Amino acid sequence: MADFLLEIGLDEIPARMIAQAEAELGRRVTDLLTRERLLAEGGKVTTYSTPRRLAVVVEGVLEAQQDQQEQLTGPSWKVAFKDGAPTPAAEAFAKKAGLAVTALEKVVNAKGEYVGATVTRKGRSASELLAAELPKEVLGLYWAKNMYWRAGKPERFVRPVRWVVALLGSSVVSVEIAGIAAGNTTRGHRILHGEAPVVLPSVKSYAEALRSAFVVVDVAERRQTIRKALDKATRTVAGACWREDEPLVETVTHLTEWPTVILGNFEPEYLVLPEEVLVTVMRDHQKYFAVEGADGKLLPHFLAVLNIQVDEEGYATIRHGNQKVLRARFKDARFFWDFDQKVFLADRVASLKNVTFQQQLGSYLSKTIDNDEVVKRLISAVKAAGVTCDEAALLKATELAKTDLTTELVKEFTELQGIIGGLYAKAQGLSEAVAEAIYWQYKPASTEDSIPPTVEGQLFGLADRIVTIGQMFSIAMAPTGSKDPFALRRAANSIVKILAESGLPLTLGQVIDAYGRGREEDLQKVSAFLQERLNFYLKDVRGFSYDVVNAVLAAGADDVRDTIARAEALTAVRGSEDFAAISAAFKRIKNILKQAEEKGYAKSAAAGAELAAEAKALADASVTLAPKFAALREAHNYGEALALIATLRPTVDAFFDKVMVLDPDEKLRGAHLGIIDEVLSRFSTIADFSEIVTS
Amino acid sequence: MAATQTAPTKSPLTFQEVLFRLQNFWAERGCILQQPYDVEVGAGTMAPETFLRVLGPKPYRVGYAQPSRRPADGRYGENPNRLFRHTQFQLILKPPPVNVQELYLKSLEAIGIDLSKHDLKFEEDNWEGPTVGAWGVGWQVMMDGMEITQFTYFQQCGGLDLDPICAELTYGLERLTAFLQDVDSVYDVVWSRDPETGAVVTYGDVRLPEELQYSVYNFEEADVARLWEHFNSYEAEAHGLIARGNALLADEGAAPKEKKRFPLISTYELALKCSNLFNVLDARGAISVTERVGMIGRIRNLAVGVAKIYAGMQLLVASS
Repeated sequence: MADFLLEIGLDEIPARMIAQAEAELGRRVTDLLTRERLLAEGGKVTTYSTPRRLAVVVEGVLEAQQDQQEQLTGPSWKVAFKDGAPTPAAEAFAKKAGLAVTALEKVVNAKGEYVGATVTRKGRSASELLAAELPKEVLGLYWAKNMYWRAGKPERFVRPVRWVVALLGSSVVSVEIAGIAAGNTTRGHRILHGEAPVVLPSVKSYAEALRSAFVVVDVAERRQTIRKALDKATRTVAGACWREDEPLVETVTHLTEWPTVILGNFEPEYLVLPEEVLVTVMRDHQKYFAVEGADGKLLPHFLAVLNIQVDEEGYATIRHGNQKVLRARFKDARFFWDFDQKVFLADRVASLKNVTFQQQLGSYLSKTIDNDEVVKRLISAVKAAGVTCDEAALLKATELAKTDLTTELVKEFTELQGIIGGLYAKAQGLSEAVAEAIYWQYKPASTEDSIPPTVEGQLFGLADRIVTIGQMFSIAMAPTGSKDPFALRRAANSIVKILAESGLPLTLGQVIDAYGRGREEDLQKVSAFLQERLNFYLKDVRGFSYDVVNAVLAAGADDVRDTIARAEALTAVRGSEDFAAISAAFKRIKNILKQAEEKGYAKSAAAGAELAAEAKALADASVTLAPKFAALREAHNYGEALALIATLRPTVDAFFDKVMVLDPDEKLRGAHLGIIDEVLSRFSTIADFSEIVTS
Repeated sequence: MAATQTAPTKSPLTFQEVLFRLQNFWAERGCILQQPYDVEVGAGTMAPETFLRVLGPKPYRVGYAQPSRRPADGRYGENPNRLFRHTQFQLILKPPPVNVQELYLKSLEAIGIDLSKHDLKFEEDNWEGPTVGAWGVGWQVMMDGMEITQFTYFQQCGGLDLDPICAELTYGLERLTAFLQDVDSVYDVVWSRDPETGAVVTYGDVRLPEELQYSVYNFEEADVARLWEHFNSYEAEAHGLIARGNALLADEGAAPKEKKRFPLISTYELALKCSNLFNVLDARGAISVTERVGMIGRIRNLAVGVAKIYAGMQLLVASS
């Protein structure tokens, strides 16, 4: 048994791709060793990465596969042996199996007597197998963006492969990946260690050898080091703490091999800029962490994560350089902020005609006009249901929502669109309701994000997105497969999420009606698209099981919140024995009705037929329960409604036990079909129970 | 008591010394040095020493300073960091040596940067030039939080796949020197220092008046109707030549000697003229976002047409 190390050395890998690639390489190596029976019982796989390398260490790799016995079957015994003497057929088979004729055995199977042979397949050595299989596994890694580098374009990878370490125990596996022969030397930190090769005497010494070459190869350790260093640097400012930002911690972890942290300062005068702008400059453009005081307000400091360790003079130089860059960026931002204020949002509406929404669909001015119409219809719809909203504010917000696209600040910081508009609206004296509806318009940006906090923001969010979806569908720009260039799935997810999590009394159908134009076939596609996103939301965001989701959607998928309530109720009862039986019975009813339809059997009224007691009982129960059930359903009391259905179980069981539904007697058969058809239609309005998977 | 000895601080390199050092460094590593191209371009990539030389199989290493025009970036000389015209030191290594990153780091040392006293990171940045049908993957090289170089492994140019690929290194000379000299404004960068008197000439002394004038022209004076006329006229001439070039290359009766006479470089220059006019029109606010996409497509068509003919002519050279 030996330990195995694979390290792929590369030019700097994009930080956003490293974690996934590290995990995939670990998975591929594990799968390879498992598939080839080379992973020892209790073998352990550990993965590492830095910007310049991906690595896998496996403790417990068998030296070779175990030999395997294989049973071969040859010609029939009669053909192979005539009068006990081997025929040429037997000899040929023995030769193929690599055995003497005398070693052949007789095997008896269902088809008769045959010649058999037991052969031993020699296991291949781990080093041989790894050498043969590793290149495929490594070059098969998924990268969001690939490149060629060698002439003749033999392979594509995220960046050029510069070195490969493949050690099994203390010997090098003789493998070549992308033209690079594996060895036992790696490389250290570019600057702190330099170009001298780092020799790895054994797999076990991997992490420590790299540490002495100024590379912390373990991602979790680097992350921890960075967090601690951020804490420590922040402690030099009384009462301050750094603003938690997990994605940024991940980014800088994947940008460094030997991280350290400096605290820098900027002039307090820049704090007059909105916090959103300051944080965006620091985080998105400079990868700096913001620092805040006990009151949560920004302080004029930042934290930069470095990929080097230097002396005090060096830190001073680096701090000075970073401060200078940040100051210049803040200065630009303040210039844009002041410049943009010279033209009010209200005076920018007309210039939206120069900003293209989509080439075939026109400008953001026409989008604004379309949004306005839809917003008005949504207002009427919610007003009819007794919801109040600040109508004037919402219409003003709708008119101004996209005007920030013409500002210099949004051109510079596109990720702040909406937010900048909201800030300008506030600065220009528009009401809080207007400013907030504009500010939050792109929320939720994902299924994890929260919805806009105000009714006006929610209504605008619905209108803006349904107009986008409806218009894109009308020019055949619906998403297909992995192609969704206008992020329409995200837009639709947001509609579902707003309906699910706001108190708005709107259904998906009402939202589509508010858009209300275009060809009927397109609107049907939009409707199907939104229902598909509802399905996604219930399963992937809310975590309902797929059969529950299918069951409730089959009974209506228009009212999002109602669908969720039904799914919750159904999830609560689905485990009970009575309910499982009911689900099975409903499935049976459906099958029988389908069969009957195929055979052309008609349903008829139960009255006048000579029904068996069990059939009569079911008919009666169905009639008695129906109004109670309908009342509970009407009151959205789904838990009790479902409990009520469960009480049908003994009656239904007895019916199927004793009654032959498809009775040869036409009248009886018709009556039976009528009874079960009624049961099905009366009690399937919360969910189609036949969709529930029962074991 | 021994007096504390302080070594006299060496003054940082001047603007022109940075260029000298970079040129020397790369010349010593086998690059030919070219002079700046004499037609307006937006970036060193667009000069034929890059755009054409990266096509085809022939290895090539070249470095040159390229004044690059970005009409929309002009700020009347009032912004300390933004310029209408800045100077790129452009380097093409085709194919890239395996130690291209290490060589690059040495080039930074050659201009006086002590790497052990700075924070250097290669951060993903994939360059794309839609008007010339070019893209690559690479990094922006960040030093102490500032981008000092664009480093790209070119994958495609003029719509053609490159084989071999090349490494393109673009140093922004103004930024780099401002960084070395630790000045807040590009106009305070010392361009040269008289070795005898020590008198300095700054970047502002040399360039400030023209930055102002260019901004006035690009944002206020440029005659939009005429610019469109120029554009259409250059474009038409380029298309005519491209059609002729294609016909000539496809003509099996034409002698190779005849084919080699095709004025490809002049055709490409017409495309460059269009590209620059587009940038001026854009700065002038004469191109709506909708038109923009179409305009980029028109210039791209010219660039792709030129690249195809160039590739065809290279085959001709290779086979003769």
